[in-house]
Order: sequence, then structure tokens, then C-alpha cells
Amino acid sequence: MSDGYVTPDGRTIGGKVLEMRNITLRFGGVVAIKDISFDIREGEIRAIIGPNGAGKSSMLNVINGFYHPQEGEILFHGEVRKPMKPFQIAQQGVARTFQNIALFKGMSTLDNIMTGRFTHMKTNIFSQMIWKGPAEREEQENREIVEKVIDFLEIQAIRKTPVGALPYGLQKRVELGRALAAQPKLLLLDEPMAGMNVEEKEDMSRFILDVNDEFGTTITLIEHDMGVVMDISDRVVVMDYGKKIGDGTPDEVRNNQDVIDAYLGVDHG
Amino acid sequence: MLYREAGDFKKSYAEDSQTFPLKLDRYGYYAILAIAFLVVPFVINDYWASAVLIPFLIWSIAALGLNILTGYCGQLSLGTGGFMAVGAYAAYKLMTSFPDLNIMIIVLLSGAITAGVGVLFGLPSLRIKGFYLAVATLAAQFFLVWLFNKFEWFYNYSASGQISAPTREMFGFEVTGATASASSKYLFCLVLVVLMAWIARNLTRGRIGRSWMAIRDMDIAAEIIGVNPLKAKLTAFAVSSFFVGVAGSLIFTVYLGAVDVGDTFGIQKSFLVLFMIIIGGLGSILGSFIGAAFLVLMPVLLKNIMVGFLGWPSDIASHLELVIIGFLIMLTLILEPHGVAQLWRVTKQKLRLWPFPH
Repeated sequence: MSDGYVTPDGRTIGGKVLEMRNITLRFGGVVAIKDISFDIREGEIRAIIGPNGAGKSSMLNVINGFYHPQEGEILFHGEVRKPMKPFQIAQQGVARTFQNIALFKGMSTLDNIMTGRFTHMKTNIFSQMIWKGPAEREEQENREIVEKVIDFLEIQAIRKTPVGALPYGLQKRVELGRALAAQPKLLLLDEPMAGMNVEEKEDMSRFILDVNDEFGTTITLIEHDMGVVMDISDRVVVMDYGKKIGDGTPDEVRNNQDVIDAYLGVDHG
Repeated sequence: MLYREAGDFKKSYAEDSQTFPLKLDRYGYYAILAIAFLVVPFVINDYWASAVLIPFLIWSIAALGLNILTGYCGQLSLGTGGFMAVGAYAAYKLMTSFPDLNIMIIVLLSGAITAGVGVLFGLPSLRIKGFYLAVATLAAQFFLVWLFNKFEWFYNYSASGQISAPTREMFGFEVTGATASASSKYLFCLVLVVLMAWIARNLTRGRIGRSWMAIRDMDIAAEIIGVNPLKAKLTAFAVSSFFVGVAGSLIFTVYLGAVDVGDTFGIQKSFLVLFMIIIGGLGSILGSFIGAAFLVLMPVLLKNIMVGFLGWPSDIASHLELVIIGFLIMLTLILEPHGVAQLWRVTKQKLRLWPFPH
């Protein structure tokens, strides 16, 4: 599998976008992540699952630079990544959503998603002051991309609504929109379906699959709903107590004895 | 029925994102500009200029400045008075060192110098937030006032310790100094207010404004989409201080003509501007104007009613004035915590549908 593979539904998965090598993350005496290696390949939907406290969110935080692991190295597009701040990693093309919605509550849906275009907008403060000319042109160009995202997520009607006033499911969708607007090379989703009802989950699964299908975006997601994970992901990493206990296609993982033990418990009798 | 958007269709994104999307608003804005430029200068007198209009215009610029920092970027500052002093002293030093420099350039340059000082005092904002940042900017307030009192170089070794503005002309009209006419002072301030409000609007609608608001609303999420927090905060400090510095230099050059730093730019001025934006509306350009109008015009109005109309002694009136203003501030905050600008927004929403309930 060194140079990609073909999924059962016929999509071709490319080379490694991100590779984690022997990552260890400690908080004082607590080992949150212990010697984990895995890779994320271009165009795939990669899931990270595990019981509560397994270190999944810590893993995402390592990927986008909130935490710096004590050991191990991270390769982005084949090159070792120096320790970077989260905004620098965002500029490299890594976007994410949060487990607890992290939208800009005081801004409208449109502005929230426009903020996702930040890394693509370059006009300096003086043209911003004058507005007419480069700044306005840039704003319009990016607005068009944002409107495509809005159409894609079917949230045209709430374009001008302050996001604080939106229901939970829509807020999640706007947050996905903000990440999508960045046209990321790697999209990290931290429990995109937490707290949703079945319909909302179906919508969200559809959007995730469509994003992957239409834009070819590489997606890494953390999710608790096993049904969803097994349905939509190409490969799954299973974590437990900071360690990797399984890695492979949904079917491989499902039949892995360690994974079964972690989820169902071990008979100590 | 009176005030509607139905039929006012937008055909491009540019039209959709214009400042006044509704026709009625747009025409209202043009009308106000026309009156301000074409009518007021001919009917203005010294009393209206020095008691009402010029202070309103200048404090509006200061309120816009603080609103950019506090309302848009979420960084609480109590150093406004100190930064205004920087603007005033920069203008004084520039005026006395370069007598031939145009006054408009001097005012803008003093703003630029204040922007530099603002960035310097904004540096701690990366590490400290909220109340603690407020205390840090409070230190800036006291330090700057002390600085301008302590070093005689700043006031050119004058015996009184004050600075006073020499006469400067613009297009042949005196705009500073004792003999400048009310209408030329007024027009000079008005041009700057329109320019500054335009800049504020442009900055807050685009990339940079969104990065400020992102930092304000959720700094972690802002970072995750590529906003450099240090850069966003420091540009907010720079732009905000630029505005505040321009306001300070105008107070000195055009409005007062002579300034004693402790009296004119003391801590109470920092609070005054903060009250303006809280009452007017945080994160709103209109709110900055409403707040400035409220706190500049209300005392004048109350004084006129109590002293001029009711004939009360002026010392009682001035005490009552404080009581009433304080009461009104509390009332505004209880009834509409998001400021008068929000009240206006709600009213507009209602007017759109009136007389129907939905």
C-alpha cells in the first residue's frame, strides 16, 4: 500500500498527505498519546475512533499544532514539519472543525464562512482602507467561492443570520462551511455528528461524502457513532488509552480482537 | 410599509455588500452629508461650533478608534486619553518643528505616530486578556501623561508646561489658532470625520475586520483558520490608535488651541470614550457616532434646560447633570445592553413590517 490503493467503490487513493511517526504526547506525568504512527492518504476518509479519553482529540490537536509532541515527527507532504503555530499550519492548508462548535457568534453565516477564506486573501491594509479596487475585487472573488460552499451546504436562507441564533445542526453545518471555504488539503473533523439526531447525521454524512467526492478533499474525522464511521470511512485508526490498537479498513478493524476487547471489555472471569 | 427592502433587488455581490443596502438609508445618508457640508457651515456660529458640533465630530473619531479595538477586536483599553495625548503632542512638535507643513498632513502624521505608540502598548495583548489587558493599558494612560509632564522637550520648555497651537491655514482659511472662524474649523473636522468613518467602515467589512472579529469572538477558532493573533491584535491597536491620535491632535489644534495634558487627556477621558462606545454600541460604526452624540450633546442640553430655561444656579445644575447622565447610562445598559445602535437596528426591523406584525 505504499503508493496508494483503490477503494472498494472504485476511488483511487493517492500518496501520503500526512504521516505521523512515533508520536508521543505527555502532559506532565500523563501520557496522552503513546508512540503512535499512522498516515493519511490523499483523497481518503480516515477515521480515528476509540473510547472516551483515548487521546483522539489530542491527536487532532497535535496535527493542527495546538499541542507539540515530545517525541516523534510529523511529515506533511513527505517533508518533516517543524514545530509550527496553528495559524501557520492553517496556511499550509489544514482546516478543522471543533467538537464544541467554535463559530464566531457575533458574525453572520456569510461572514463566518468568508473568514474561512482568510488564508487566500492577500490585499494589504491600505487597499483595505480604500476598498475600491483590489480589496473589493478580492472580496468579490472570494465571495463567489463562499457562495458555492453555501449552495453546496444548502444554507442559502441563513446567509445573513447571526450564527448565534441558529439551531445546533445548522451551526455544525456552518462550521463545516467555514472549513470548506478554505479549500483545505486536509480537513479535520472533530465529532462532526455529536449531539445530532438521525436525520441531521444523515445530512452530515452526505456532506462529508460529497466533499470528498466532489472536491477530492482528504478528510480525517473523529466520530463515536460506529455505524457512521464504518459506513463512510476508508480506513480507521483505533485508539485506546493513548495507544493505537488497530489500523485498517472498517472490516479489518471490526474483526480485530484488541478492538473488540476495548469496546466490549475483556472477560476477566 | 414605510421602510422596506421589498423590490430593492441586488444584482451583484458588490451591491449586496454595500454600506447602505436599502435605498432609503442611502438617500438619508446622502441628505445628512449634503446638509453637513452645504448648509451647516453657513449657519454655524461660535457657540454651536465650540459647544456642540466640533466636540461631537472629534469625539466621534475617538469613539470610532476605541470601537475598532474594543468593539471589533475585543481588546479592552483604558489608555484612550493617553493615546490622545500622544496625538496632541505629536501635532505640537510637528507644527513647531515644521512650520510649513500642511495642517491636514500634521494631523494625519500625528495619528501615524500614535499608531506606533499604540502598537508598542498593544504588545502585551498577546499574553494577557480582558481585565488584565485593561490594567496594562491603564498603565499606558498614566505613563504617557506623566511622560508629557516630565520631559520639557515635549512642550518646548514653555514656562506654563502647556502646549498651544500656532495658527495654520488650509486653502487660505485659518483652521487653528484664536482667530480661526467657526465654519472653517467645523469643515476641517467634518472632512476628517467623513474620511475616518469611511476608513473604519472599509476596514471592518473586509479581510482585516473579519480577522479582528474572529479574534474577538473565538480566538482559538481564529487561529485555526489562519489568523495570526499577534498580527490581528497589533493591527487593531495600530488602527485604533491612529484614530485616537487624530482625535487627540484635533482637540489640541482645532478645538482647544491650548492643552494641559493632565486636564485634557486624563483618565476620565479614557472612561468617557469607553462609555461612548458602550452606550452607542460595541462593534458598530453608527454606534460610535450615537455614543459620541449622547455624551457630548446631553450635558449641553441638560445645562441649557436647567440653567437657561429653569433658571437654576449653575453649580446645582452641573451636579444634577452628572446624576442624570449616570442614570441615563444605567438605563441604556439595562434596557439595551448592546447599545443604542442595536435599538436602531430593532426599530428598523419593526419599521420594515409595520403595520403588520409579521
